[in-house]
Amino acid sequence: MTVPVAPQATPELKAEIFAKVVADTRFHDYVHGCYECGICVAACPSARFYDFSPRKITQTVCREDLDTFWEHVNVDVWNCSQCFSCDRCPRGNSPGGLITIMREVAVTSGLRSAKQALEGGERVVYKIMSTGTQVSPDMLQPEAFPDWGPDVQDVSKNLDLWRRALPPETMHTTTTAWEIDDKTLVELYLIWHMTGVLDMIKAVDEGLHMILNDVMEELLEDHDIVV
Amino acid sequence: MSSDVNRGGPSAPSALTAGTIPLEVVHARSFTRNPDLAPIEDIREEILKLEAAGEWIVQRVPDDHTEVTTKYGRTKKIPNRHTWHHKSCGQCGHIPGYSTAIFWLNRELGADYNDPRDQTSCTAWNYYASATSNAPAQAAVAMRNFAAAYDTGFYPVIHCGTSYGHYKEVREELVRHPDLRAQVRDILARMGKPLVMPEEMIHYSEWIHVMRHEIRKRTVHDLSDITCVVHPACHYYKLVAEDAIYDEEIYGGQRTAIMTSLLEAMGAKVADYSTWFDCCGFGFRHVLVQRDFTRSFATLRKIERMKEEANPDVTITHDTGCVTTLDKSQFAAKAHGRNVGIPVMSEAQFAALAMGAHPYRVCQLHWHSTDYRPLLTKMGIDWEKAWAEFESDLERLRSGKTEFLTWDDANAK
Repeated sequence: MTVPVAPQATPELKAEIFAKVVADTRFHDYVHGCYECGICVAACPSARFYDFSPRKITQTVCREDLDTFWEHVNVDVWNCSQCFSCDRCPRGNSPGGLITIMREVAVTSGLRSAKQALEGGERVVYKIMSTGTQVSPDMLQPEAFPDWGPDVQDVSKNLDLWRRALPPETMHTTTTAWEIDDKTLVELYLIWHMTGVLDMIKAVDEGLHMILNDVMEELLEDHDIVV
Repeated sequence: MSSDVNRGGPSAPSALTAGTIPLEVVHARSFTRNPDLAPIEDIREEILKLEAAGEWIVQRVPDDHTEVTTKYGRTKKIPNRHTWHHKSCGQCGHIPGYSTAIFWLNRELGADYNDPRDQTSCTAWNYYASATSNAPAQAAVAMRNFAAAYDTGFYPVIHCGTSYGHYKEVREELVRHPDLRAQVRDILARMGKPLVMPEEMIHYSEWIHVMRHEIRKRTVHDLSDITCVVHPACHYYKLVAEDAIYDEEIYGGQRTAIMTSLLEAMGAKVADYSTWFDCCGFGFRHVLVQRDFTRSFATLRKIERMKEEANPDVTITHDTGCVTTLDKSQFAAKAHGRNVGIPVMSEAQFAALAMGAHPYRVCQLHWHSTDYRPLLTKMGIDWEKAWAEFESDLERLRSGKTEFLTWDDANAK
């Protein structure tokens, strides 16, 4: 995992990225101004371990402080735990929601820091978009989770057998969390195409985008769907 | 502290929060449970108005339901049966005894259900962790799943706390933004599906809450000597907070009643600890690529506090990432000699065990990491015998005598 860094940028680029955040449909649902009371920081798990402050991010956006915003959108937003403990804000803000928007804008804008932040997570993105389930049994590999102890190796070694030892009929799968029919996958692929999500992937990972496109095209063609 | 706020910054209030900011929250350590004084409007009224305007279909909670109260004292209907199960990828994929226990409880309590193959995950990992999705995509995924549920006539019940919380976010966005509704309606029309919004958003643990007395009646193990701590899931009660179940009888209605209500009904002891409000440390992208944070938070802020302050026999939680994080993080901490070692499971698994479910065929505890065997022994469950029975099942599967373990096998004596 590479720690993202904020690159040099022109005032115009910073203003452009900031404008994209403010233009998001959800922005005014999440940001109403900030009292600087710090309740969000007191509740925030990331603030205990990183130099991270949901209050500072919200304040910066309210003040339109573009230089500090640039640091936040490149670096700090990736430290958020997305637990929404900060949603107890007395002003009705959702710093976690604001950070969700900022992350999305970082991705759609193809910021290098976003590419760095997403390194190591490609497999999950691929799984979600291609199979409709994001956590699959075959992800439990000892080399991926060495700190989870020897039980992961037991699961991995016995995966097929242990999956067949599950009473629910939909859960005998190893590459997906449960059995999903092809028609449902086609519908999911339509969603990715029709909402610009594939373009978001392309902005940060062209290789992954190519693989996903191939997988989706095949199934869509099988079902005579033109996107 | 500076008071020069909102200088030139955007501050337009949304339709739902305008003029309703509860300033007293800054000073108060409790909140008022009165629907008339709730700091946020009841979005369900807007949902019905949109139905009346022909914007969407509202799928009603079945007549066979139980009414409960939520955070600000409003009433919420929980279906007793006839439910469509929106499964959790993390539960089915990595903690399969979690999902199996939920289904097993439905079967034991005579609640008919639908376990669909036309359900996708909420895909919220892409939304919260990697930000490689967006509001229209997430809303379309949610509404596609709801349309699939509506098509069966079964009412959607959501297994994952994140899916539940996220779908409530999606619900708010769809109510607030007509453009988003129109976009999602068009996408679903391409699939030949209608736009359907459930009358209530239901998490499976809410069904367990309303079934707690039935579960109590069927409990076969004495739990009076078992001390539990609970970890309420952030995305259940913090994300769109007003829908979570609160009960005056539990914590004076100041914390969510979920899990504690069940454990107390079953006769177990529920101990408190100081960091109950903290998240588990899952963090989405952190558990994948910055797991040092996840491990540290889970063990230093949660497990060690529980151990020092309550020394429980088990940690009970009700969400996917929480079970995973709190359970799996303990191995590395133990290797470093930290004060850890509390088994972790969902309240569904714990309730099933108490009702006599098999620890391996149903609760699938061999997928868990932290040693749960002392807990089983204390509950009066012979885990060695149970494991031998499960090994025998596995041998039948290996030999090809049978392809899958069935529900009949799960309850075989």
